[in-house]
Amino acid sequence: MGSAATPQVLNGRAGVEVQLLDMHRFYGAVHALDGLSIEIRPGELVALLGPSGCGKTTALRALAGLDDLDGGRILVDGRDITHVPANHRDMGVVFQAYSLFPNMTARDNVAYGLRLRKVEENERRRRADEMLDLVGLAKQAGRYPHQLSGGQQQRVALARALAIQPKVLLLDEPLSALDAKVRRQLREEIRRIQLVVGTTTLFVTHDQEEALAMGDRVGVMSSGRLEQLAPPAELYERPKTRFVAEFVGLTNRVSGHARDGEVDVLGTRLPLLAGSEGTGPVKALIRPESVRVTPDESGSAAVVAVSFLGSVCRVQVELPTGELIGAQLAAADAADLAPAARVSVAFRPIPVFAVSDRG
Amino acid sequence: MMAATRRRPLPVSIARRAILIAVLGYLILPMVAMLEFSTRGARGTRNLDAWVAIGSDPNLIDAIVTSLEIAALTVVGMLLLLVPTMTWTLLRVPRMRRVVEFLCLLPLAIPAIVLVVGIAPMYRFLNTFLGGSALTLAFVNVILVLPFAYRAIDGGLRSIDVPTLADAGRSLGAGWLRVMGEVIVPNIRGGILSAAVLAVALVLGEYTIASLLNFDTLQVVIALLGKRNAYVSVAVSLAALIFAFLLVLAIAYLAPGGRSRAPQVEEE
Repeated sequence: MGSAATPQVLNGRAGVEVQLLDMHRFYGAVHALDGLSIEIRPGELVALLGPSGCGKTTALRALAGLDDLDGGRILVDGRDITHVPANHRDMGVVFQAYSLFPNMTARDNVAYGLRLRKVEENERRRRADEMLDLVGLAKQAGRYPHQLSGGQQQRVALARALAIQPKVLLLDEPLSALDAKVRRQLREEIRRIQLVVGTTTLFVTHDQEEALAMGDRVGVMSSGRLEQLAPPAELYERPKTRFVAEFVGLTNRVSGHARDGEVDVLGTRLPLLAGSEGTGPVKALIRPESVRVTPDESGSAAVVAVSFLGSVCRVQVELPTGELIGAQLAAADAADLAPAARVSVAFRPIPVFAVSDRG
Repeated sequence: MMAATRRRPLPVSIARRAILIAVLGYLILPMVAMLEFSTRGARGTRNLDAWVAIGSDPNLIDAIVTSLEIAALTVVGMLLLLVPTMTWTLLRVPRMRRVVEFLCLLPLAIPAIVLVVGIAPMYRFLNTFLGGSALTLAFVNVILVLPFAYRAIDGGLRSIDVPTLADAGRSLGAGWLRVMGEVIVPNIRGGILSAAVLAVALVLGEYTIASLLNFDTLQVVIALLGKRNAYVSVAVSLAALIFAFLLVLAIAYLAPGGRSRAPQVEEE
């Protein structure tokens, strides 16, 4: 990658606050946005996460002005822009599909927004080159999109979006068309650049790892609604709804009995998170890393399978109830575990979410 | 094994060449015959009298100029009608794409004589305002070229991601006109050029409607000349064919990819 330009040069506009208020959008009978409200702090990167069709891209496009709303308001820096056309919103957008103009070089693509803003040619070229340097593509400035790889095209698209010093940067699954290695590299690049420029950013993705790694806060959406908006660790450890608990990360559903704010699972009492089913038979949602598996000749559980994943191992265990659960252990701890080995199972005493046994 | 592998391309190559020669012969032989006929003189001699006569016949020159003007107007009218309509349909009402396609292909199914019968009253009405100029033929020609131009422009639009490019342009601050002029049109240049060539070729060859509506276009004058002087008539026809051929060559050169440009994709 090329050398990073200094924040003083690039950060021409401080991050602004964004408020999406009670947004509604219908596509025929489908309620794509169902009262969605999100507030993004100045300079913050919020990742919107959710399954396909949950409305996350619709929300981003509404903020960009590329889709209309049927209800609700959008405030940027306190100004209502709900009915402002897309070309007057000052939003930098990087799309999922490759969106560079094929008839322009990388430099011309980056300078295009500046040309529309009537920036003088020399200054335009200087700023375009500076942005390409920021994304590590200074040497490819004269190349056409078809002469660049997918990752390079998305970097140029990011430089183009940032060149206009947008009020808000909108990233609509910009990494989804790239292979895993490039994806990881570019994810870190985007986060670094976002911190350098300090632009308020909305990042839409269906990739949990991406969302949790990049976001200052992560919003989980389902059926056009925001289920929870929280820092990654909080979202992972203290989900507020059943959907979040089940959607984010791997989860075991283990039978237990809830009572007095706790759930009894295989003899271990675990505190219940707010919003959990509070009484009676329940399924406790327990993360694989909260499950402890130790070799025990007299243990009531048995190992079904062991998968080696490098530094960690995934162990599938059959409980005395017949349920199958997964445990994630350090590779060294799993060395003695083999299929059919008798083991004892315990759980870390951290709060868990519980759902109805019938659900 | 190796020898067999080496020998295999030979018959393919021969077949290719044979097909190429057959096609070129099919296309060029009539033109050679036309050239031979148009340069015949008295008692087996050769001369260029018929070709020289093209430049000295004022009716013919007028007809050529008129046909070129009609062709230019048809191309402009067709592009102004089709490019924004097809782009807008693609962006805003994609479910109407089939309807637009059907409407554009309709002129193929309607015989020219039926079209004339239907359109003649319109032209009587038009002539009271526009003075009966042959240039008004551009209106009906725009309709005639729709099926061919639609296909060419549709190919251009399908070769790029129009919705994403339009969204990118708008998000950067471009209004719809700029998006059309600076983002969409330059990237469907190949389709537009093909549509323009097809339109010009069709207009230069159109006879039925011009004749029935009593306009003196190139084809009408060539037909009249053919009754008076077959040599000049054939010389003009050949000139028109060569003109269309040169146009196609120009398009092949100007269209994206016409001058070979190998992609040099750089790995990450």
